Amino acid sequence: MTLKTHLLAGTAALFALSGAAHAESHAMTEHPETGEKLAADQSFTYRVLDEFPSIDPNLIEDVEGSHIGRNLFEGLMNQDDKGDVVPGVATGYEVSEDGLTYTFTLRDDAKWSNGEPVTANDFVYSWQRAADPATASEYQWYMGLMKIANIDEVISGDKEPTELGVKAVDDHTLEVTLSQPLPYFPQMVTHTTTFPVPRATIEEHGDAWTQPGNMVSNGAYVLEDRVPQEYITLKKNPEYWDAENVIIEEVTALVINDENQALTRYLAGEFDQTDVPAGQFPRLSEEYPEQAVSVPNLCSYYYNLNVSDSGPEALADPKVREALYLAIDRDVITNNVLGGGQKPAYTLTHWATAGFEVPSIEVAQMSQQERNERAKELMSEAGYGTDGEPLELDILYNTSESHKQVATAVSQMWKQTLGVDTTMANMEWQTFLEERHNKNYEVARAGWCADYNEASSFLDIMQTESSYNDSGFSSEEYDQLMAEATTAEDPLPLYTEAETILTTEFPILPIYHYATVFMMDENIKGYPLENAQDNWYAKDLYRVAGE
Amino acid sequence: MLNYVLRRVAIAIPTILLLVVISFVLMYAAPGGPFNSDRPLPAQVMANIEARYGLDQPYWKQMTTYIWNVVVHFDFGPSFQYRDRTVNDVIAQGFPVTLTYGFWSFIVALVVGVALGAAAAIRHNSWLDYLAVGISIGAQVLPNFVMAPILVLVFTLWLGWLPGGGWQGGQIEYLILPVIALSTSYMASIARITRSSMLEVLNAGFIRTARAKGLPTSRIIWKHAMKPTMLPVLSYLGPAFVGMITGSVIIDVFFSTGGIGQFFVNSAFNRDYSVIMGITILVGVLTVTFNLVVDLLYAWIDPKIRY
Repeated sequence: MTLKTHLLAGTAALFALSGAAHAESHAMTEHPETGEKLAADQSFTYRVLDEFPSIDPNLIEDVEGSHIGRNLFEGLMNQDDKGDVVPGVATGYEVSEDGLTYTFTLRDDAKWSNGEPVTANDFVYSWQRAADPATASEYQWYMGLMKIANIDEVISGDKEPTELGVKAVDDHTLEVTLSQPLPYFPQMVTHTTTFPVPRATIEEHGDAWTQPGNMVSNGAYVLEDRVPQEYITLKKNPEYWDAENVIIEEVTALVINDENQALTRYLAGEFDQTDVPAGQFPRLSEEYPEQAVSVPNLCSYYYNLNVSDSGPEALADPKVREALYLAIDRDVITNNVLGGGQKPAYTLTHWATAGFEVPSIEVAQMSQQERNERAKELMSEAGYGTDGEPLELDILYNTSESHKQVATAVSQMWKQTLGVDTTMANMEWQTFLEERHNKNYEVARAGWCADYNEASSFLDIMQTESSYNDSGFSSEEYDQLMAEATTAEDPLPLYTEAETILTTEFPILPIYHYATVFMMDENIKGYPLENAQDNWYAKDLYRVAGE
Repeated sequence: MLNYVLRRVAIAIPTILLLVVISFVLMYAAPGGPFNSDRPLPAQVMANIEARYGLDQPYWKQMTTYIWNVVVHFDFGPSFQYRDRTVNDVIAQGFPVTLTYGFWSFIVALVVGVALGAAAAIRHNSWLDYLAVGISIGAQVLPNFVMAPILVLVFTLWLGWLPGGGWQGGQIEYLILPVIALSTSYMASIARITRSSMLEVLNAGFIRTARAKGLPTSRIIWKHAMKPTMLPVLSYLGPAFVGMITGSVIIDVFFSTGGIGQFFVNSAFNRDYSVIMGITILVGVLTVTFNLVVDLLYAWIDPKIRY
């Protein structure tokens, strides 16, 4: 029920966003669209886990930093409350027939917070800066993903940043040339790396341009104050082109490392939003049904099986892999271990991915008992398990309570159903990454989050050359399907086929699709609960007057 | 005396250099690096980043450049994790915070601990003694990671008296809970050391003499017993003081104070080499300094000690 009220509010915010709202000046007392009575205090305060490595759009590398980036700056396109692309600084775009040239038309009333107009040159400067080797942005890999012409040569220093395929035709026309067609390109320019940055300010202050007092931005908010590891405060930007429809006046993110402590402080009324610690969602949603929210989050949790030469012999047999896949009771994991609205996953791509339908595979329809029976058969056919050769496997995961719980459950299921003995090994994050990447493991936990809301963002990782393909899986057919999908009119059948390959070969065992669970003050409305990437904009939120 | 101080300082310099070298070696021996993440970066992007931070240089060169910059320019380098800040910025922002709550915790632990311990010793085997011992054992078994959430539960959620975290430039209401949480177990240790030390002193011959002379008890305690009692306490206080002012990750994590302890631990997990080094050196220098201060105080308290 909570979900429903929030959804309605979200839709309302969408109308406000699309410019249909009445022009009303400061201190609104009612929401211009819904007519809800607004609170006098229009502030939004939320908790973040950790300090942002950077709030420079070209350098932002974490999810929480991206939220700040989206509020301070505005890119060519924004996302609405469902994650669909809507105009930002650009009012629209045209694609050439070959799909290689995108021409964005920029609105003429977009301004920086110092009153200067936002022009196409600001985007050109920003994109060149992001790609420049001297900037050394980690998100150069994202620029590479965008397939802008010459991007790889610019990153490697073989060509000058000025040779990047982006140019300003005039102040309000930006032309982007790609090296290959990318149907989801407009979706990609909603990402902070592509946001404009103020050249004059950066040249004046250098790395310190992101400090309060120095920063100039073009989004709905400006940087007011920042104390690292403590808080960051944003204030409404009066120069923002749509400022009259921005209701929230002040946004504050509090850095609180401990999630339980954050929850206690949230319950004491200190702020408006915080994450729900693992396993506490069922209790909280019962006690605070109006505040506990679970929304899909575009990440998939799975186990890698090491099918490379360094992997154990048993895992080279697809029957063993399938048996391991079948014997995991995913409902127990999502309902009893996690209990936060996660969904069982039999395939890789998250169910909420835009334009994607989860392939209806047979296994997903079976009961767990049927799966277990089948798993046992496969195992004995392969000559392992209770009536065959004993099988021992190591499960590797990075140190964390919830990964441990999942691993414990899985190892119990494998033991009971298949007679497989498992050893659980946890490692500190960096060590874990290195071991997994070097394929020094048998079974290793992995989680993947989409970079953009499209199935290829998941399926690409299983390509032979993908740097995240730690299982050692390699299939020519698969690679070819994914290559075809980039230019296909309707890539969905190709994606379904790719998923089918994964569920015949079983290099990975999908376990669940993530959900984000958080507590949110019931008076805060307009949160995009249907945006599966959780890309929210404070300009779309508002606080209604409580009873 | 001056000679002694100079000698100690002369030993301190190679000690700290050794600390730098060992930390450097251990840091690079640990798997991973500051820019490794869940999604491995393309080789070229990684190369650009390593070039920017000088990580493409041989280790010995990185180390000597680092030491040179620290010694000559007092520059601890850029943070690898926080792109818009240098290590000097990180320390300049975090250390004053830690120093503030660490200092007040120290004062509270010292005053309450000594008072409790002394009172227990003076009224040996009375209800006051049992109470003091009870309190100090209780405080000792309640580590700060248990104390911190309980304090917030009681004073923030139930009573609503104090904010559950934040710093706000160190205003008093933001200071109280961290100070209680940090000082409690130190206070307990100080109380126990003071108590046993004073019990021993009170049984010593010179105290008996003072009693026999008919001196009032208060005078015996303050004038004669207190100073020797403090000797073992003092050797505990040196490292304890450094421990408190260089921050407790628990306090920073639970109360979001923005102190340096948090940066220290995070930098180790993130392999933020320059921050690890910067804070290690800071803690090293402080430890050496306060050990020296404590040794000098010994001589002041106990005239038998000569350097």
